[in-house]
Amino acid sequence: MSRAKIIEIEPLTRVEGHGKVSIHLDEANQVQEARLHIVEFRGFERFIHGRPYWEAPMIVQRLCGICPVSHNLAAAKAMDMITGAKRLTPTAEKIRRLAHYGQILQSHVLHFFYLCSPDLLFGFGADVNERNVFTIIKQKPELAMQAIMMRKFGQEVIRATFGKKIHGSGAVPGGVVKNLSIPERDALLKEMDQMLKGAAMALAMARDYTVENQQMVERFGSFPSSFLSLVRDDGALDLYHGNLRAIDSVGNIIFDQVDYQDYGDYIMEEVKPWSYMKFPFIKKRGHLDGWYRVGPLARLNCCGYIDTPKADKALAEFKSLTGGKPNHMTLAYHWARMVEVTHCVEKIGELLEDPDLLGNELLTKGERAPEGIGVIEAPRGTLFHHYRVDKDDLITHCNLIVSTTNNNEAINRSIRQVARASLSGVPKITQGMLNHIEVAVRAYDPCLSCATHALGQMPLVVELYNHKGDVMDRLARG
Amino acid sequence: MARHEAFDGGEETRQRITFTIDGEKITAFAGQSILEAADAAGIYIPRLCDVEGLDPQGSCRVCTVKVNSRPVASCVHPVSADDVVENDTEEIRRWRRDLIKMLLHEGNHLCPICEASGRCELQAMAARFETLEPDLYPYLQPVRPVDASHPDIMLDTNRCIRCGRCIRASRDVDRKYVFGYIGRGIHKRVGVNATDLAHTRIDLDDAAASLETCPVGCIIRKRVGFFAPIGRRQFDLQAPGDEIEKRKGEGK
Repeated sequence: MSRAKIIEIEPLTRVEGHGKVSIHLDEANQVQEARLHIVEFRGFERFIHGRPYWEAPMIVQRLCGICPVSHNLAAAKAMDMITGAKRLTPTAEKIRRLAHYGQILQSHVLHFFYLCSPDLLFGFGADVNERNVFTIIKQKPELAMQAIMMRKFGQEVIRATFGKKIHGSGAVPGGVVKNLSIPERDALLKEMDQMLKGAAMALAMARDYTVENQQMVERFGSFPSSFLSLVRDDGALDLYHGNLRAIDSVGNIIFDQVDYQDYGDYIMEEVKPWSYMKFPFIKKRGHLDGWYRVGPLARLNCCGYIDTPKADKALAEFKSLTGGKPNHMTLAYHWARMVEVTHCVEKIGELLEDPDLLGNELLTKGERAPEGIGVIEAPRGTLFHHYRVDKDDLITHCNLIVSTTNNNEAINRSIRQVARASLSGVPKITQGMLNHIEVAVRAYDPCLSCATHALGQMPLVVELYNHKGDVMDRLARG
Repeated sequence: MARHEAFDGGEETRQRITFTIDGEKITAFAGQSILEAADAAGIYIPRLCDVEGLDPQGSCRVCTVKVNSRPVASCVHPVSADDVVENDTEEIRRWRRDLIKMLLHEGNHLCPICEASGRCELQAMAARFETLEPDLYPYLQPVRPVDASHPDIMLDTNRCIRCGRCIRASRDVDRKYVFGYIGRGIHKRVGVNATDLAHTRIDLDDAAASLETCPVGCIIRKRVGFFAPIGRRQFDLQAPGDEIEKRKGEGK
């Protein structure tokens, strides 16, 4: 029996984290299998054992330098349960929300403009020397400047609430440690008009790309899937808090308004030998069919409406593209992401006008519990943090299901699909062809370091193996 | 309360003498420690094991100065008339930097996730002496116990620098003898005088349990970690020694 040829893309570039893609070819050069391997191992879930619970939000935010606020908040929400703070003070919840909207805004803008716009503007197969953020700065300086200012604004929101732009300390079990000062609020308010304009520009760019390239977008790395996200009690999009809703590929509810404290009854994780990243699935559908997608696309597919006007209008337009049915276009993640950017900017504006942000009641507590689960919609999707704590306040158990982990199966499917479409049977595999694979991966904005909970250099690699298992080609940048 | 009663003979009766620190003429009482005289004159000598309210013990050696060309621990060395003291010289700064580095490498000091960040004297010293990255020594990464048995107070010996401040506070101020050293040489660290912290007589009102006593994050109060926002923590606002240096020019 002949062995398959394997192409490996290693390192994958313009994604957060270190991973590789392997593409297996048979003797006729047809793609048999394609996989995303996460080659990092970190061990946060283990080395946090024996640490006091109030340290957890500070330790776990070090999982990531892109979305530390999300990890900090998910852990703090879990620790709220442990300290019995079932309901935070208005100031505490709003400060946390403000930080979170700032986090999602800066992360989405970073991803769309810095990492993905070169593919969208110059083409997936464009020369790698052209297809990068530096060309954007040269050719479209206004766009680049807008992107930089938007990201900066998001970071400033984080600094105002968490004390630092990266790895600050804002949320603690039971609340937050600071409110917003009037000068901090006013400095942010001054930027709002510019941010609304920027969000509208970004939204139009992502929408136009999807609509103008609809035929390609419908096919590229796309497939029917289930979706999972938090939604508010009334079905509205809520990025900070809500209950779990899962829908199937045609939009039927699989489960709805599930309290995430019970996530273990609904979601399980499978381990595969070739990746450090686990494969979560919806329990009642089993590990073969129970996989789902999370993130901006899932959130827009799951939610009924958005409670801010501009984003809600954008949602209606987004939904009309597929006649109200779930949108399965992987590249539509970009459009969905920009709808969320609009929502975040609107929410930040709304919150900045709210006097509660200036309040002094920051902390609350209640009856101590031995276990806590915190779930939040992080930029890349639903993020689960689950802890158990002993009577001496030390952590004895930690399970993290990170956004990218939820998308594991879906990313693998997108890779397989694009590999089959663009690599099967071609005599010579070019760099541009391999970039198609990366474009598919990038659409999910995966954070590979979060997903394995890795330190150091984090590029993604592609390698091409022949049917004897020898490396034929290797793409390693980063 | 005068700090160093052993040296004092009462303010009025004590003999006044003069000596120099880095060439600057200082007036002191005979028998005062160099560090105490320098404090009064508004000259800060960096220190870790010495703290206001406890007798000095001279163990961390960060306050080392040269007196008439001989290195001594200034917190325990009594000043004599016409002493020539060197404090802020390149050589002594290097000694101090090396001492701080060795402490950082011996224990498990993970500032990014430590609740003492921003009020930690070791961290502040590291910043003062610009020990920004590991160079001289390997990290020893010792395995050390955490004692969380007490309902309100926790002992994380990963961060102990053996300054003995808790030992002195518990012995001399609280009169409870809760803490003592255990182990030898590099394995020496602070331990408790019972099976664990919960079985000692320590409580939150003790001087030994005060956050000012422990210069690092070894003795901490439960459930209040990270409550001080970044930017408003003790050493965000002023560095150790700023208070002392302010005295300069204000008279004594």
